[in-house]
Amino acid sequence: MSSAVQLADDRQATLRDVANAHRPPELGRWLLWAFVLAVAANFAWIVAWNPNFGWPVVAQWFTAESILRGLYVTLGLTVVAMVIGVVIGLLLAIARLSDDRLFSGLAGLFIWFFRGTPLLVQLIFWYNLSTLFPEISISIPFGPTLVSWHTNDLITPMTAAIAGLSLNEAAYMAEIIRGGLLSVDKGQTEASDAFGMTRARALWRVIIPQAMRSIVPPTGNQLISMIKATSLVSVIAMADLLYSVQAVYNRTFEVIPMLMVAVIWYLVITTVLNIGQGFIERYYARGERGATERAPVIAEATP
Amino acid sequence: MSRIASEGAPLVSARNVHKSFGHNEVLKGIDLDVMPGEVVVVLGPSGSGKSTFLRCINHLEAIDRGSIMVAGEQIGYRLNGERLTKLSPRAIAAQRRQIGMVFQQFNLFPHMTALENIIEAPVGVHGHSRKNATDYAMELLGRIGLTEKANAYPRQLSGGQQQRVAIARALAIRPKLMLFDEPTSALDPELVGEVLSTMRDLAGQGLTMIVVTHEIGFAREAADRVVFMDGGLVVEQGRPEEVLANPSHPRTRLFLSRFIREAA
Repeated sequence: MSSAVQLADDRQATLRDVANAHRPPELGRWLLWAFVLAVAANFAWIVAWNPNFGWPVVAQWFTAESILRGLYVTLGLTVVAMVIGVVIGLLLAIARLSDDRLFSGLAGLFIWFFRGTPLLVQLIFWYNLSTLFPEISISIPFGPTLVSWHTNDLITPMTAAIAGLSLNEAAYMAEIIRGGLLSVDKGQTEASDAFGMTRARALWRVIIPQAMRSIVPPTGNQLISMIKATSLVSVIAMADLLYSVQAVYNRTFEVIPMLMVAVIWYLVITTVLNIGQGFIERYYARGERGATERAPVIAEATP
Repeated sequence: MSRIASEGAPLVSARNVHKSFGHNEVLKGIDLDVMPGEVVVVLGPSGSGKSTFLRCINHLEAIDRGSIMVAGEQIGYRLNGERLTKLSPRAIAAQRRQIGMVFQQFNLFPHMTALENIIEAPVGVHGHSRKNATDYAMELLGRIGLTEKANAYPRQLSGGQQQRVAIARALAIRPKLMLFDEPTSALDPELVGEVLSTMRDLAGQGLTMIVVTHEIGFAREAADRVVFMDGGLVVEQGRPEEVLANPSHPRTRLFLSRFIREAA
């Protein structure tokens, strides 16, 4: 008798084991999927067969030499401006957080000015710097001049673009990095101090690696805006991707196809960057996830 | 269990130490000497200033009045003839290198493995070779029974294991003095024992230790001297069997009675 009860009980337990559960039929979800896919396919069809997009023209110009040259300028400008922006931004963030009123005040002033004025205006100002200061010289304040240059020799579209983009970027990066540094637990600074680390070493070895977790995502954002912000330099006659595209459609009047060339390139770059950002985020998340223990004793962690 | 030489110069010597946070005076004139090899346990109710005093010893907090000497050097200052000048952050960092500290919240570096945590200061601050530092770190990990956790990140360790790694990290710089700031207060009750037993081992090895804690049992077994603080002052001190069994000050008596009632 009891064995029969036992048997029924076991059967119940097997039947009720959630590992064997089935999903309920989800007809609504299937219909929704079908609808969305149909709309997407239809949209793709319309775009693909609309002659106004001029896909043959897009294909013809996509890897044209002048376009690729513009692409290199855009990429180069982005990388250079971003690197300079991050370096200056890091110094600004450290200065802003320092107890020294002078440093924190100067950093605050810089950030206030460069975040507070439009990038386009800053670029035009840099480009036209010679109208404000015809000569740039290094001298002792109110004293004799040591070296002097004509501003027009220094400020080319290239230097104006780099100066404008990187200083503007530095102001934003300073705030992102400052936020990241502040997000690190105060105990970490105390432990570094207690071990007799210098401030620089504590930042480099302990604080910044932990701050990276909250610095990387907004920096990825900044990098993507930077790629698109470089298109502003076309106003100061810098031959970036957008400028190269414009140069073509000003001749051929194929405005939309040529803009599609630029749009697709911008999308390709940002896609690549998004993937890279994912890797970097995973690297700085080490020590956060519970399961992964590192195998080699003192090898570098793989991203 | 008296292994203290009552002769000779103290390793730590605090004189008339005052410290305020805003209008709140936390330390109101602390005098304390700690002899080399001595284990001093500082007891006292929350807010008595015992943690603050500990943090003044390695200048994590700057004191407002008085002086603290460690191993013959004044912490944070230098006396040039008759003129006392503040030390630079770099010089203060150098002074801290002979003092190990263990924190209530462990403060392990979460982006480094246990082993990397332990060798960080020996390699990066003391300039030891990576090889030597790693060998010594593995020896320390062996002593606390965590050899197999060398490559684990702090997040993967229990609280007790983290605190033992933090102790090994502090020992790795071969400190003259060890400061323990409530090392078991953040631990689950069942994990307190392993940390206390590690600390008892250290106490038995002649390391100079100042331990701020609520663990009366540890004070009784491991301390050479118990210092009872209340209201920013040292109200009573002496051998643990005397102070804990026959407290002479009413504040000490009140604190201990409350504690014993809680423990019972």
